[in-house]
Amino acid sequence: MAEISTSSKEPGKKGKPKKLSTRIDFTPMCDLGFLLITFFMLSTSMSKPQTMELSMPSKDKVAEEEQNKVKASTAVTIILGAENKVFYYFGIGTEEQEPQVIETSFAPDGIRRVLLQRNQEVVAQMKQLKEQMTNRIITEEEFKKKASEIKSNKTAPVVLIKSTDEATYENLVDILDEMQICNIARYAIVDITDYDKGLIAKLSTPGIPNP
Amino acid sequence: MPKIKIKRKSTAVDMTAMTDVAFLLLTFLLLTANFIKPEAVIVAAPSSVSEIKIPETNILEILVDPEGRVFIGIDNQEKRAELLKRFGEVYHLSFTAKESKEFSLTNSFGVPAEKLKAFLDLPSILRGMPENALGIPCDSTNNQFKEWVRLVREVNPSITLAIKADRSTPYPKIKNVMNTLQSLRENRYHLITNLEAMPKDL
Repeated sequence: MAEISTSSKEPGKKGKPKKLSTRIDFTPMCDLGFLLITFFMLSTSMSKPQTMELSMPSKDKVAEEEQNKVKASTAVTIILGAENKVFYYFGIGTEEQEPQVIETSFAPDGIRRVLLQRNQEVVAQMKQLKEQMTNRIITEEEFKKKASEIKSNKTAPVVLIKSTDEATYENLVDILDEMQICNIARYAIVDITDYDKGLIAKLSTPGIPNP
Repeated sequence: MPKIKIKRKSTAVDMTAMTDVAFLLLTFLLLTANFIKPEAVIVAAPSSVSEIKIPETNILEILVDPEGRVFIGIDNQEKRAELLKRFGEVYHLSFTAKESKEFSLTNSFGVPAEKLKAFLDLPSILRGMPENALGIPCDSTNNQFKEWVRLVREVNPSITLAIKADRSTPYPKIKNVMNTLQSLRENRYHLITNLEAMPKDL
């Protein structure tokens, strides 16, 4: 155990006051310190949760009209399926010719590669801009301004995110995450249509050869 | 031959330095960390690369657990009592001063209106039990969640909405919550996530 007593009176000696040691045993204080550290480590959290900002279209009629303005040539429709599957096709799903639905995954060489390729122009410009910022050529404010300029490129893809009932919340967050990674500024979460459901069903039914 | 005397050395170590380190760490932790608020359910948020921090105060947290049960909590204790009073008016419930006090001390809760009174009469330890995590009804026939959000907005117009859902929550449950918010014209909200590193190879 920790030693407490630092002096002991020897009997029989008179006169000279005994010089007491000024050293204090710090062991209990040290114990207390670590005890408090342990307590605070267990009762607090270091990392603040992050958030994603999400703006949904309002349910007004105006929004619906605007939604139809999405040009089919720049649109990509992503459908979230069961068991972390992702389906995508180019277009908005109202064309006369049936679009070619392709199945992919959330892996880096899955949906991300497709989106990066579609968004090549913007991604390249953003990369350049980021380099400029790390080399201190432009300030952060300039960066933000230019970034929003680049992202509002008219030819950049517009992504429609549709989700089947079998998908989970994680899939939704993952796909929103991909939007951020691929610098896609224009995307919307839309309700799935029966047409889309039909496309998926056709794809996952064995017997029909997939191109 | 003289005996070799081994000099006895004291085994006491100087603890001063170690104490200094311990308290330095303690100070650091106290200044950087924030306390975990007890929540009605444990929710494992999905991770994302988004680096936006959630505002410290003035948020309405909407918790959705894997079964799709909805819980809410506002961080402003003073507004909670007012919120309960207004909710009582809508559902024709009257709450005693004690119940109102208990409500303002509850961080997040999820009970239907008809069980709210019984819930608040429970001792605070029992309130966190799993059988009391019922969830606020949020379907088209009985949408009490919508009522809560509407009243929260009424009590505190500048509040920010944040959804914290479990990663394995089925999409229809989330859609239901989102649609409810949409019908209230709450079109901007936050999704709470954990931080994940941005992929490098772009």
